[in-house]
Amino acid sequence: MKPASFEYYAPRSLSEALEQISQVGDDGGKILAGGQSLVPAMNFRMAQPTALVDLNGISELFYVHPTDTGGLMIGAMTRDRVVELDENVKLRAPIIPECLHWLAHPTIRNRGTFGGALAHSDPAGQLPVVAAALQFNFKLQSKKSERWVNADEFFVSVYTTCLEADEILTAIEVPALDKRAGTSFQQVSRQSGESALVGVATLIELDDIGKIKDGRIAYMGVAEKPVMANAAMSLLKGNKPTNALIAEAIHATVTEELDPGADIHASVEYRRHLAQALGVKSVNEAIARAAK
Amino acid sequence: MSDLIDIKVNVNGQLYERSVEPRMLLSDFIRFELGLGGTHVGCEHGVCGTCTILFDGKPQRSCITFAVLADGHTIETVESLGTPEKMSTLQQAFQEKHGAQCGFCTPGILMTMTAFLKENPHPSEEEIREGIDGNLCRCTGYQNIIEAVKLAAENMDSKS
Repeated sequence: MKPASFEYYAPRSLSEALEQISQVGDDGGKILAGGQSLVPAMNFRMAQPTALVDLNGISELFYVHPTDTGGLMIGAMTRDRVVELDENVKLRAPIIPECLHWLAHPTIRNRGTFGGALAHSDPAGQLPVVAAALQFNFKLQSKKSERWVNADEFFVSVYTTCLEADEILTAIEVPALDKRAGTSFQQVSRQSGESALVGVATLIELDDIGKIKDGRIAYMGVAEKPVMANAAMSLLKGNKPTNALIAEAIHATVTEELDPGADIHASVEYRRHLAQALGVKSVNEAIARAAK
Repeated sequence: MSDLIDIKVNVNGQLYERSVEPRMLLSDFIRFELGLGGTHVGCEHGVCGTCTILFDGKPQRSCITFAVLADGHTIETVESLGTPEKMSTLQQAFQEKHGAQCGFCTPGILMTMTAFLKENPHPSEEEIREGIDGNLCRCTGYQNIIEAVKLAAENMDSKS
């Protein structure tokens, strides 16, 4: 229950950190952000990084900025609890504090970081599905280059993103919501602060006469990474939402697009049941909020 | 073994200078380097909450943070709250309501709820229950703990 030895780097600037990770990244070196998932894995020795480049001393990575276009720019090291309580975040992307409320406990969110929870790519994580539904953009920097990728590209598989060994996720852009947009986050877990059995993040945009113009629905806990409910969206799009239509649309996704696994905590049937119930609830809430 | 790193940490108002391995957990640093045994270690992977300390005033798990990360920071442990002769209002309430029970989870709960009551001096029972949901008690009874936190909130109110 103690971590294996590692070389420790405590850079004071991003350029120093990029230099260090370029040297150790290929040999099993890792980035240390909040450590709330990495350090437990190291305690169990499931993770044995040869080196850690600690970003906690890099003040330029801690910020939440409202953008001119109505969205948000969030520094990767901003603590989850800071993001959760930020007034601009509450106003511009209320689904973020709503989903963070489910992420472990305040004690963990005091140390855990926004970028870390995304780069961890936990298939039962709250932020990855919200990122998929809202189409977050990710700034990936290395010593040599800098690139932006969207959520579809960023999440690759279980605990795997498209980050290269010498890259650092430095900032996350949350796009502005449409004027007539509403969001909703729903999940069921066995106990407070636990991973979700199933969860769903929904974004719905309405047109002037109340028809569904566009949107995205993303599921967690049913596959290796967030699953987009495309079947449901194509049935909803262009239509006036009714209870029957919403139930039918979600049913199409649950039967055609979701392939949940079974484990000691929940059977396949129960996960499908949750996916249906939470999907309907989430779409209804998002529509109600969009209509306001 | 990797090189030792020199750190300076303010713990309960006292400055400690030590040389530690990077892999040393903050919980082990507090217990074994500083000899402050009030901080308990249960699961050692961030689930049970008994190792909770205040890191720059905010509750954090000391078993999933490295001691080197506390360099230049301020830590408060359960020893900072009071003494048997002069307990904090929260500690007194725990004694009065028998909130400690076996006592193993108590240090983490005291640190979590000390910070909680500062942020939220008039909590509802629901908020108290949510506030301790990251701290496990295996005596199977949270009732006395919740009663103690309620009493502490009332007593803090009448003092102020």
